[in-house]
Amino acid sequence: MESFIQQVINGLQLGMVYALIALGYTMVYGTIGLINFAHGDVFMIGAFVGCLGYSSWGLPWPVAIIVSMAVCAALGVTIERIAYRPLRYAPKIAALISAIGVSFFLEYGSSLKFVFGPDYHVVQRPFKNITWHLGVVTITNIQVVIMLTVLIFLLFLLFLVFRTKIGAAMRTVSFDHDAARLMGVDVDKTISFTFAIGSALAAVGGVLYAIAYPQIYPFMGIMPGLKAFTAAVLGGIGQIPGAVLGSLIMGQVETMTAAYISSQLRDAIAFAILILVLLIRPSGILGRSQQEKI
Amino acid sequence: MRFNRWVAIFVLVIFSAAILLAGCGQKQAATTTGDNVIKIGLIAPLSGDVKTFGESVKNGVDLAVSELKDGKVGNFKIEIIPGDDRNDSKEATNVATKLITEDKVSAIIGAVTSKCSIPVSALAQQYKVVMISPTSTAEKVTVDDSGKRKDYVFRVCFIDPFQGTVAAKFALNELKAKTAAILYDQGNDYTVGLSEVFKKDFEAGGGKIVAFESYTNQDTDFSAILSKIAPKNPDILYLPDYYQKVSLIAKQARDKGIKAVFLGGDGWDSPSIDQAAMNGGYFTNHYSVEDPRPQVQDWVKKYQAKFGKRPDSFATLGYEAAQVLFKAIETTNSGDPTKLRDAIQNMSIEAVTAKISFDKNGNPVKPLAIIQYKDNKQVFVKKMTP
Repeated sequence: MESFIQQVINGLQLGMVYALIALGYTMVYGTIGLINFAHGDVFMIGAFVGCLGYSSWGLPWPVAIIVSMAVCAALGVTIERIAYRPLRYAPKIAALISAIGVSFFLEYGSSLKFVFGPDYHVVQRPFKNITWHLGVVTITNIQVVIMLTVLIFLLFLLFLVFRTKIGAAMRTVSFDHDAARLMGVDVDKTISFTFAIGSALAAVGGVLYAIAYPQIYPFMGIMPGLKAFTAAVLGGIGQIPGAVLGSLIMGQVETMTAAYISSQLRDAIAFAILILVLLIRPSGILGRSQQEKI
Repeated sequence: MRFNRWVAIFVLVIFSAAILLAGCGQKQAATTTGDNVIKIGLIAPLSGDVKTFGESVKNGVDLAVSELKDGKVGNFKIEIIPGDDRNDSKEATNVATKLITEDKVSAIIGAVTSKCSIPVSALAQQYKVVMISPTSTAEKVTVDDSGKRKDYVFRVCFIDPFQGTVAAKFALNELKAKTAAILYDQGNDYTVGLSEVFKKDFEAGGGKIVAFESYTNQDTDFSAILSKIAPKNPDILYLPDYYQKVSLIAKQARDKGIKAVFLGGDGWDSPSIDQAAMNGGYFTNHYSVEDPRPQVQDWVKKYQAKFGKRPDSFATLGYEAAQVLFKAIETTNSGDPTKLRDAIQNMSIEAVTAKISFDKNGNPVKPLAIIQYKDNKQVFVKKMTP
């Protein structure tokens, strides 16, 4: 029983990290219907900038995280401006391929010797690792930090989207660009804002991930990005609470599979569950069934 | 119209850049063509997740070349052509194909990791080019799946079963371990090989394996399997992977309260390993810098003078591979791969770590060293044979 609780906590940590990435996927999809495949790589850049910030540039770590968020927000806006906006009214597949291109550009670009280089870096943790033993169950301060961060950002996003003017603009744009424009919403600015927020979240995710699993390299974004995307789809892509719910489920499934079935099957079972959910509920657990607009 | 002009200018710029680059390439090639040159390819991970392995091997080979008189062996000038495989087997195949078919090398030193050496060895055998892997320990580097010898392929390091066997023996006899847990990368021949042999020999010697768990190369979260292992309280945690992965696992294992002694293989031998996390752990290795053998001490001094640091196993084995190859060129006075192959097979050479000769599978016969990470440095424990 204790070991079961321990595994639940392990799964929670993994799921929460996925959630920070999945939120960015789901926001962009919700607003412009694009799967931003470069999101995992923005996450990687965030991890690098944040970790270099507090280890090499001597910034205090909260400042380093804010710098990393700013850099990634700017990067996200730039990516949207250069690679997606010109293709906004082209067929969906064109923007998707463009996203894959951006993803490769970021991965191989940062592998260059004069950028980050292709090597693995061991990351020093910015604060001391504290482990609390509650009976047989152990919790670390890193897990607590990750969980609190995700909760704060989830609440912040819900507030932003449902209680502010820019949030109303985002929701309007997600329904119909032309109608939104007629209502006086600046569509371009709203979409840029969405990318900025999503990318800043990815940056936080990147830094926390690097602190939890202290190793960074230019291709580190691929697998977490893919898993987070899967989680967003599982929860119902476009739905903010769905992204978090999907991520928590993914985290638990992976951990439980590794713990009680076989560590070799963990990815296979995680993805099999995704397929099952999509067969039964194509729009995801919290997704609304899509109606074709006429 | 204007758009077309810009496109035309862009294309012109690209073309002229391409021509310029091609011109540079030719100039370089022209200085080294000549009749008495033997080209030797060097395939190593010079970047990526195990780049210190590649850099060390290259240092070892470079040092061997710099000791040659006028850069020559017999009548032949030696030219080393390095290629970076980034520890990716596809990339290793590309590099090997280029070295063999374009550069027309007589021999290849490399690759460094087993997963790269296995496909490269198939190419070397197919094109009849001599290959000496300095450090690949998987059995299948020198034999094919049916166990048939690839007769152009050699290595100067021990093979996996040997390392696993000695590690199991060391755990049972010296550490007095009763139980062990094993974690291995299911997609890596090296770690799979070591784990299986360790498991077999540890159980045969009366020990108990309490967990035999795998992960994939992509994994960074090991909390599930480590939480499962923690209550079983094993004496040994056997982690036969490369230094990056091992650092990550060791740290998380201690986070989960696992107190087992870490034990591993030669993949741990890197200055980039997280030594604080590994503290107290033992690993089997090709040699130790503290070995009192005069050749070893002489080599350590030479290397330190040139590179300002102590040579790890990879540097040493890179040097030994070059020594073996140069001796073969010297005795045959030829760059013909078939003659070189016969010379190496029948050779007996006093190399750095031991006197080496080759068995019928192209493997050297020599002992290994046990080393411990203690207070952020490596400590020589003892030499062992199975």
